[in-house]
Amino acid sequence: MIRRLASAVPTLFIIVAIAFFMIRLAPGGPFDRERVVPPEISANLNRVYHLDEPLPQQFIRYLKGLARGDFGPSFKYRDFTVTELIAAGFPVSLKIGLFAMVAAVLFGVGLGAWAANRRNTVADHLVMGLAMTGIAVPNFVVAPLLSLVIGVYLNLLPVGGLGDGGIRHLLLPVISLALPQVAYIARLSRGSVLEVLNADFIRTGRAKGLTERRIVFRHALKNALTPVVSYLGPATAAIVTGSVVIEQIFGIPGLGRYFVQGALNRDYTLVMGVVVTYGTLIIVLNLAVDMLYGVLDPRVRRD
Amino acid sequence: MAGLATLGMLAVLSVAVPVFSPYPIDEIFWDAIGTGPSLAGGHLFGTDANGRDLLLRTLYAGRISLAVGLAASVVSVLVGLAWGTVSGYLGGVTDSLMMRFVDILYALPFMFFVILLMVYFGRHVVLIFVAIGLVEWLDMARIVRGETLSIKRREFVEAARAMGAPSMGIVLRHVIPNVVGPVAVFATLTVPRAILFESFLSFLGLGIQEPMTSWGVLISEGATQMETQPWALVFPATFLAATLFSLNFLGDGLRDALDPKVR
Amino acid sequence: MLETSGKHRLGTSTRTLVIVLFAALLLGISSAHADKNTLQRGNGAEPETLDVHKSSGVPAAGIQRDLFEGLVAEAADGSLIPGVAESWTLSDDGKVYTFRLRKNAKWSNRDPVTAHDFVFALRRGVDPAVGSGYAFILWPIANGEEITKGKIEELDRLGVEAVDAHTLKVTLKAPTPYFLGMLTHPHAYPVHPKTLERHGDKWTRPGNLVSNGAYRLTEWVPQSHIRVERNPHYWDAASVRIDAVVFHPTENTSTELKRYRSGELDITYDVPPDQIAWVEKNLPAQFHNTAYLGTYYYALNLTKAPFRDRPGLRNALAMTIDREILTGKVTKGGEIPAHAWVPPGVNRYAGATVPWKGLSKAERIARAKKLYAEAGYSKENPLKVQILYNTSDNHKRIAIAISGMWKQALGVRTELFNQEWKVYLTTRRAMQFDVLRAGWIGDYNDANTFLELLKGGVGSMNPAGYNSSEYDALMRKAETETDLEIRAKLMQKAEGILLKDMPIIPIYHYTTQHLVSPRVKGWKDNVMDVHPTRYLSLAP
Repeated sequence: MIRRLASAVPTLFIIVAIAFFMIRLAPGGPFDRERVVPPEISANLNRVYHLDEPLPQQFIRYLKGLARGDFGPSFKYRDFTVTELIAAGFPVSLKIGLFAMVAAVLFGVGLGAWAANRRNTVADHLVMGLAMTGIAVPNFVVAPLLSLVIGVYLNLLPVGGLGDGGIRHLLLPVISLALPQVAYIARLSRGSVLEVLNADFIRTGRAKGLTERRIVFRHALKNALTPVVSYLGPATAAIVTGSVVIEQIFGIPGLGRYFVQGALNRDYTLVMGVVVTYGTLIIVLNLAVDMLYGVLDPRVRRD
Repeated sequence: MAGLATLGMLAVLSVAVPVFSPYPIDEIFWDAIGTGPSLAGGHLFGTDANGRDLLLRTLYAGRISLAVGLAASVVSVLVGLAWGTVSGYLGGVTDSLMMRFVDILYALPFMFFVILLMVYFGRHVVLIFVAIGLVEWLDMARIVRGETLSIKRREFVEAARAMGAPSMGIVLRHVIPNVVGPVAVFATLTVPRAILFESFLSFLGLGIQEPMTSWGVLISEGATQMETQPWALVFPATFLAATLFSLNFLGDGLRDALDPKVR
Repeated sequence: MLETSGKHRLGTSTRTLVIVLFAALLLGISSAHADKNTLQRGNGAEPETLDVHKSSGVPAAGIQRDLFEGLVAEAADGSLIPGVAESWTLSDDGKVYTFRLRKNAKWSNRDPVTAHDFVFALRRGVDPAVGSGYAFILWPIANGEEITKGKIEELDRLGVEAVDAHTLKVTLKAPTPYFLGMLTHPHAYPVHPKTLERHGDKWTRPGNLVSNGAYRLTEWVPQSHIRVERNPHYWDAASVRIDAVVFHPTENTSTELKRYRSGELDITYDVPPDQIAWVEKNLPAQFHNTAYLGTYYYALNLTKAPFRDRPGLRNALAMTIDREILTGKVTKGGEIPAHAWVPPGVNRYAGATVPWKGLSKAERIARAKKLYAEAGYSKENPLKVQILYNTSDNHKRIAIAISGMWKQALGVRTELFNQEWKVYLTTRRAMQFDVLRAGWIGDYNDANTFLELLKGGVGSMNPAGYNSSEYDALMRKAETETDLEIRAKLMQKAEGILLKDMPIIPIYHYTTQHLVSPRVKGWKDNVMDVHPTRYLSLAP
């Protein structure tokens, strides 16, 4: 485990390196505007932000800063440092992402197991139909639809912003973010529960006269969770991607929008900060998923 | 079967549309800008905000969306299956290295790189295939590896190994057939994911160039005016949903057919 | 959490979660609404900075206008009124302004606003070390341009002088009739020198920022909101009726509209183009659609074929764009079809129009066809051009429509090509396009802000590569002309040449769209699109 943790550092280094040089390849710079600035002024700006140095030197400078936990100044939001922006945005994104993830797993596995238990009944078809709809309809349709109906027509929940950070403001974004993942996980867990239900030890249980409900929830589910756990990684990635859309549509001050905005604005330091933050998050989550694997299926426990 | 039929029909319609279409995809009807579906007006699905026939555009869009979904899935299945089984089956250092590679790619925020790719190299459709395929195979590899790991320790694999069967043979004969179930299910999920990823790019304005279009582009345009011109959202969304439902049934059918335990 | 729920009974946990969520939802709904005398404004994008000398863009200016006050200010209708300066005089040669500052003007920390503060601020505004993109706003001041460009190193050689604490003398390079208008730009606002010295780059933070306007900054959560509250020390505080303003970033205009409709916002920054029809039908009384000082245009690349040295072909393309259909059926925002480069409503300027404005659509097309043929194109040998635009639904829609019009009238084959903004800028600077979509918003209310764009020569911002010695000569003459009427005539003549040469095709003049809640009183539409909160009030 410690070995794996240690290996996260070079992984992160490679990510930082790739990201650093890739963003610099993109045409245009952070201070490009429609209005042409006198060359003297852009020279000054470049000097202040060390953009006049050779790239490798800038990279080393960046790494040094990073080692001290300093992400540098934002090129676009000039009153804030990247560290401040991330410190403000990350908890918001994390909160929404975490809620969405928990909701996705609970509802997804629940629905999937339930549907599997009633294989080929109307209920099964209904749940799976809904799940497919959940997958088929993109975030950027669900989110405005929800905010139109629940926020504008019914006026039950706020449509945008974070307000005081209370649950009222979080509910719509979390639902929109979780919905496709609920659907995916329901599909996955239904499939794997069905598979497990055919396995020998379940047949034995059935022969012993255990109720179907007990079999599903007690025995089948635990074994059927492996693919779901495998899917947690992709789900995280999907939720990160989804948060870009959701945060934009609901006007949420999270990190997701910096992803795209940062890249489009050529806000080099902000982009790097977000890449490092998400890179670390994903590495940590992958470790956690591996540990879960071991717990659920002792056969795959690492030596 | 119904799934396959629907899918086939959509594909044929989309591929054949230029043949029977009375006018080109970018024909503008100046007197019918943003009008609703009507038989009399000659626009069965209505027109878009530029006065272009939506039926035609939806069918044309199908070509791009289906191609994106298919190409990306094929790439992800092939690469992911090979990578995942080899890594899972061999285990040890090889497994560690191969999975480390996947981890690194994984921790890269791909969306960001896809955006850069689009920004840097422009919006070529092949690039969209490649970009999406690149993202999707990682998931596949991890899932396949997980399955392989648990299959590897099963009795029948142990038995085959005890009898001295070569690794390659075991992978092909025992491991792959057993992971095909989850792979088929996941592949049916990958196609819509690829199609949706393309639509995500469209939402960010990084989708395919005009006058070509995709369901993702049409849906993201339609979503902005769902109250005033709902048809612009409903028709492409229905086509997309029909495709995804068909893929769903197809996946289920595949699993039943391929799963050795059911067989 | 995940682990335990996996091991134990999931059904129960799910049920519990549903109950918890529902309870939370019910509790949440009953939570109190925001205080009554607070204005909720949609403000477009998150401001890049509140530093008056580093900011650019309308979102920052909207907030700065409430926080600061310049020598002159805007009235509710956008016209010029005295600000910190209660009066001023202009020397006979039109070059020296002497401003008398109000004795009762105070900063939000009670310090008096003095002429020295203005001297400090204006010097900082041209300081190359600050690296401002808008330093040119102060270039009419003697030595301003030279200091920014590093030709003069001493900041104190800028033509500003504090005669005493309440008298400011500003010496201009040449008579500049629009100089007072430029002083309403945030770039000419005063800053509090001690605050900048004490806090450096962090001077714009809540708690640090000291301002001299009707409001002071109390809260700033990036991407979430900026809150300002009434500044009790503002000299005209008695007339300010709204206690606090919350500025919300509303980059996504559809979301902004929904927030407005659900009552979360009182004023919107914009209205999404595809919702204008809906808004006009359902919220007509709250919809404010006003002409604006801006022109949407297509630039033609004059540095290469096919447009180089071919004014006929350029005019053919310009004539075959049906601007009425475009604005009436495609953009639908009440935009004004443009037959000129300088928008209507500009001070002291009558304007020129394209020579073919009076022709009917059929006549225009016939004439365009002739010009097209003269340029050597035909059905068999059509003109092939690419339209470059930056990624946006609106630009896309316009490009589709225009390419359709060209195709229908002339048979031109157009390829649409969109690029993300920064790439577009790079391509544009390198002149690697045939046709380029662009827009120009005036920086101040004078024809010069439009016409100077097309000047030729090194370092110009000219998007088309237009280089006409006749045009440049007229513009140079106008710059130094002190008689305002002669100056207007010169500029008008220049615009006439421009519209005949057609390096850029004007398409429409911008309008601004806002939704203003019926509870907001005192809103006045104006061409400058400035709406300081100090003139507004909220009905109880």
